[in-house]
Formats: sequence, structure tokens, C-alpha cells
Amino acid sequence: MAYTEEELKKELETKEYEYGFYTDIESDTFPKGLSEDIVIAISQKKQEPEWMTEWRLEAFRVWKEMEEPEWANVNYDKPNFQDISYYSAPNKKPKYNSLDEVDPELLDTFKRLGISLDEQKKLAGVAVDIVMDSVSVATTFKKTLAEKGIIFCSISEAIQEHPELVKKYIGTVVPRKDNFYAALNSAVFSDGSFCYIPKGVRCPMELSTYFRINQAGTGQFERTLVIADEGSYVSYLEGCTAPSRDENQLHAAVVELIALDDAEIKYSTVQNWFPGDKDGKGGVFNFVTKRGLCETNAKISWTQVETGSAVTWKYPSCVLKGDNSIGEFYSIAVTNNFQQADTGTKMIHLGKNTKSTIISKGISAGQSQNSYRGLVQVNSRAENARNFSQCDSLLMGNKCGAHTFPYIEAKNKTAQIEHEATTSKIGEDQIFYCNQRGIDTEKAIALIVNGFSKEVLNKLPMEFAVEAQKLLEISLEGSVG
Amino acid sequence: MLEIKNLHASVEEKDILKGINLEVKPGEVHAIMGPNGSGKSTLASVIAGKEEFEVEKGSISLNGEDLEELAPEERAHKGIFLSFQYPVEIPGVSVTNFMKTAINESRKARGLDDMPANQMLKLIREKSEMLEIDRKFLSRSLNEGFSGGEKKRNEIFQMAMMEPKLAILDETDSGLDIDALRIVANGVNKLRSKDNAIIVITHYQRLLEYIVPDFVHVLHDGKIVKSGTKELALELEDKGYDWIKQETVV
Ligand SMILES: Nc1ncnc2c1ncn2[C@@H]1O[C@H](COP(=O)(O)OP(=O)(O)OP(=O)(O)O)[C@@H](O)[C@H]1O
Ligand SMILES: [Mg+2]
Repeated sequence: MAYTEEELKKELETKEYEYGFYTDIESDTFPKGLSEDIVIAISQKKQEPEWMTEWRLEAFRVWKEMEEPEWANVNYDKPNFQDISYYSAPNKKPKYNSLDEVDPELLDTFKRLGISLDEQKKLAGVAVDIVMDSVSVATTFKKTLAEKGIIFCSISEAIQEHPELVKKYIGTVVPRKDNFYAALNSAVFSDGSFCYIPKGVRCPMELSTYFRINQAGTGQFERTLVIADEGSYVSYLEGCTAPSRDENQLHAAVVELIALDDAEIKYSTVQNWFPGDKDGKGGVFNFVTKRGLCETNAKISWTQVETGSAVTWKYPSCVLKGDNSIGEFYSIAVTNNFQQADTGTKMIHLGKNTKSTIISKGISAGQSQNSYRGLVQVNSRAENARNFSQCDSLLMGNKCGAHTFPYIEAKNKTAQIEHEATTSKIGEDQIFYCNQRGIDTEKAIALIVNGFSKEVLNKLPMEFAVEAQKLLEISLEGSVG
Repeated sequence: MLEIKNLHASVEEKDILKGINLEVKPGEVHAIMGPNGSGKSTLASVIAGKEEFEVEKGSISLNGEDLEELAPEERAHKGIFLSFQYPVEIPGVSVTNFMKTAINESRKARGLDDMPANQMLKLIREKSEMLEIDRKFLSRSLNEGFSGGEKKRNEIFQMAMMEPKLAILDETDSGLDIDALRIVANGVNKLRSKDNAIIVITHYQRLLEYIVPDFVHVLHDGKIVKSGTKELALELEDKGYDWIKQETVV
């Protein structure tokens, strides 16, 4: 990796969960509850064209008929969907041209999050589209991107400015009826990001979006759509933190990636939502549908570091439709205290010579439960499909659990599927060895966990890798003894 | 430097050390020999502060300070180093990264800033050359897939990097080929000074030809049953342990 280990060490000198605060910005919030009227109101509020309103209504009708899924290996009190407010926007809505125009309290929030825009601008050329309580309030680097014909904006803006693209692609990878949360999201999504890379263009910077949940009792329903046109390349980063609070917060995002012929999309996530306190109270419910579609020779890589949320239910997937397309999934999922995570991936091989790689690293501490669930499906037409899966679990203590559920469905006998799984425990001998070299136990665990996760950390873009290591360390604080 | 008085230690209710007395002065090299299972590694672990072992009686002090209340890492910060009989693997953590962390943690404990990168590199180069360790080796995961001899050489590399006050080498010679033994012994001898002390645990006289001890002790059933000078090691090589065991019974 490009950064020196020295720099890394500096970065690693941390601190507690530092994003547990709540910013008091006046909001324009809808009454609680969900009905056709609310769906229409959201659409109107965002001045959407009629086709979009209709699209949402159709999703709502589908959702009403659906049951919440039960099969994930997690237990929680189901959210009451009529007790959630489905729209909340920072009050002062105009887009700002410069930081001076932005609400100082909001800027302060950004500073505490460590994402001062000024710094971000200088840092490694990252354009940040910050989604704060459902509405984008700042977009930078837009001009540079525009010169290359790259569109990077909020999905609301895209619906206004580029309806032909949105209309063509939205819901093509994750259909409205795909699952309960996807249907809900399709009906009420408030905002999210949109990205289009034109034919043959290599996006010159990492595109990144920071998501936050900031309004008490407001579920957040982000919608992300990334389209990489033929022969293009983009690396997209998504990171998030949320203020701590006592009541569970629902998050049900949908992310759709479309990689057309010869295109490549790298999508990296560092997820750090409030996991609940030591007793398991509070924390975010994270039910996310992420899926990418690969056309001929296209490639999609999902890399994720999941440390947050009380309950996580998430399976970034690849539909390998085109011949020779490639899907990759690299994941680190950390659970501590009472967290529950059910994550994994689905690799659907439709085209010939398609390849997929799955590397999953699960780390469980405290009384948490960490499940990997992976489906590798090879269609009858997918000659010479190949998959390699490796799922490693690391346990800390005796009260946590790690579970691996690999599902393999091969309908073509030329398929080559390999699955490896290991479970290990951080041994007292390993810790004593580190102690004997002057490394205290907390630090020793961070070292061992980082070592365990290395293959995945190495896949992250540089600035994210540093942040991710920091997160791993913070998430496992106090898990010893 | 190190003073052990009437040390009794147990693990899982089983008594292993049954009254050890040992004094090691600065500048000295002590060899500890003794049959398998006599408690040599246990003694090393107890000095290093492994919590699994319960100290029932007696005391260990380093430069006059009682170690009882100190965690293993604090003992390390005070200059105790243990070269393990069975070094553990830490997958994904490179030797370099591990050493960097170890050195900087020890510096932090002493109120020093991190060692500057260039100084660290220089140190690594110097010590790896001394022990004839290939630089590529240092980027490998710690002990993972290392041969027995490589593990031992790597332990001594770590010792050289950390420059301890008291080094305890637990069967560092086992697994080393003849050339490696010479290289490693040479590395150990470089550490010898009037301020440092070394305890060498070994089964073989051969190592002691290279690292010449001032004293040789025989541990048997949790007690030091005989002490002498380097000639004792030769005698043991020749006669084995039975005569000592018999002497003890009498
Ligand atoms: N964790 C443990 N639990 C139970 N017994 C133990 C434990 N550790 C050591 N012992 C026992 O204590 C005794 C001393 O072991 P130790 O490893 O100190 O011997 P040693 O002198 O180093 O032997 P060797 O020459 O084979 O290395 C042995 O009988 C061993 O089985
Ligand atoms: Mg031993």
C-alpha cells in the first residue's frame, strides 16, 4: 500500500467512538407513518416528474403485500413502519457555492466527523457528496468531473437533470419487488447519489459519499445508482457514521451498480453506524440491498468493512451476465457486545467464463453473532464458470458466535467451485507473545485483527484503509478480559 | 540484576516450581539445564509474567524492584526479553511491523516518541545483517511457515532489535543447524556487556562452547539441585542426569 507504516501508526492513535453526538438543525420533517399520500408527498416535495411518482407508488403497492423476511440469523424487535417519519430535510435547502454559505452548525458537525470539506478537497482529490439527513447539502469537485463528462450528483438532481438515464436504469438491477426493504426503499427513498461515467472514461478520482443519520426517529432510505458505460472505470467510496441514540434507527438503502461492456466498478464501504451500547441498547438497523450487474468483460468489486450497526443484514452481490465478466467480494465484518451481523454475497454466474472471488473475514467479540451467508449460483448456460470462496472467522472469548452458510447451486457441470473456511481464536499464547515484546493486550488484539484482515484491507483505497484500521481498533476496544 | 527467592509456582493446581533460588548479576551468563519437564520453560514464563502460572510463594525482583504486580508488557518495558522455545505465529503481521510496534510501545512506556523511520530502517538493516537474515524474510508474516531454525533465528533478531537488559533464551539452539548456531551465538555474544545478563536454557553443551556461561544450574523437579561452573555442563554431557537425581534423593 502507498502509505508508510509510520503514517499508519500515527493514524492509529485513537480514541473512542467519537461520532456519538446529535446536531440540532431545524428540520422539515413529515408526520410519522406511511401511506400512498406520504409517498406522493415525498415525490412532490422533491418536485419529481410524474413517472417517478408512479414508480414509487407501484413500489409501495408491492411492499404492502410483502412480509418482512425472517430467515436471516438475527433476532431483533421489528421496526414499526408506521412509527417512522419518511422524510426529513435540513431546513435551509439551497445548494451552496462556497462553504461560507453553509450553516455554521452543520460545518461544525462535519468538523467533528473529521471530514472538513477544506481538508477533503486537498486530500487525495476526493469529491464528497455529503448526504446529510436525506438531502445533499454540498457537492465538490463537480466541475473537474463535468469536464470528463462524469455526472456525480444526488439522485434527486439526477431525476431532474438526467431523467433518461435514471429512467433507463433505476430498478433494473434491484427490482422494486426484489425484497421487502428494497420495495420500501423504492417507495420512499429520500435521496442518495447518482454517478455516470461515460464511455471509455477513467474517473480520475475516488468518488466518495458520506452517509449519516441525524434526525431522531427518521429512517434513512438512500438510493444509489452507479452506471459505468462501456470501457469506463470508477472507484466509489461510501463511508458512514451516525450519532448514538437510545432508539433503534432503521436504515434500508439500495445500491445498484451497472458495469457495461469492458467497464469496471470498485465499490468500497466503511460502515460505522452506532452499534448500540455495551448492553445492546440503541444502535442502527441496517438492511441494505446492494447489487451489481456486469455485462461482457466487465468487473465489479465490492469491498466492505462493517463494524457498526446493531443489526446488519447485507449481501452485496454480482450478477455476472456478460461472458468473461468478473465479480469480487472482499469483506471484513466485526461484531462486538450484542451486535448481530448476517452478511455475505451472492455471485450469480450467467455468462460463459465468468469468475468470482469471495474473501470474507468475520471477527466476533463479546456476545455478538457474526454470520456469513454466501450463494454461488452457476446457470446452465455459464460454461467454465469459476468461483473461489474463502471465509475466515476469528473469535474473541467464549460467548460470541461465528457461523458460515455457504450455498452452492451449480447447474453447469463445467463449473469449478472452491470453498475454504477456517475458524480461529485469538490465543492466549499469541497475546502473551505480544505482551512479552512490550505490546499491551489491547494493542496486541488490534495487531492480530489487522493481520487477520490484511487481505481485505489491502483492497481498500489508501485513505479508507487507514480509516478502516482505526475503526477495527475502536470497535474492539474493551473486548478483552 | 535478577533475584529469585524461594519461588513456588503452579498451574491448574499442579505445583511445578518448588522453591527456586537464583541470583543473576549484571554481566553474567547463567545456563540452566535439566531433564524434560523439570520446569525450565515454566521458570522463564514466570519471570516474564505469564498469568496462567500462579506464584504461590517467594519473589522475583529486577534491580531491586519486585515484579509481582507488573504485567508482562511492563516487565518487557523494564528490559526483560524471552526468546521462546515455541514461538507463536501471527498471520498477516510482518516481522517488520511487529518489531516496529514492539519497539515503539516500549519507547512510549519510557516517555519517548516513536523511533524515526530512518533510524528504524537502519537498525533493522544492521541487525538483520548481523544475523544473516534475508530482508525478504522480514516482510513475511511473523513465524508463519517459518522452519524451526528460522523461528529461532528470528527470536534472536528480535532480541537484538530490542536490546534487553535481561535476556532469557529458552532452547534457542534446538532446531538450528551448525552454521546457524554459530551465527546466533555470535549475535547473543554481541549483547553481552557488563550491564546486561543472559540466562540460557539448553540441553546441549555445544551451545555453551559458543556462549560461555559463568554458571551452570541443573533444574530437576522444580528445584535447582546443582550449580557449578561451565565444567558442570561437560560432566552432564558425559554422564546424563541420573547421578544428580540420585544425589537429590539421598
Ligand atoms: N499449562 C500447563 N498446564 C499443565 N501442565 C503444564 C502447563 N505448563 C507446563 N506444565 C507442566 O509443567 C512441567 C514443566 O514444564 P516445562 O515446560 O517448564 O518443562 P521444561 O523443563 O521446559 O521441559 P523441556 O525440556 O521439555 O522443554 C511439565 O510436566 C509440564 O507438563
Ligand atoms: Mg522447555
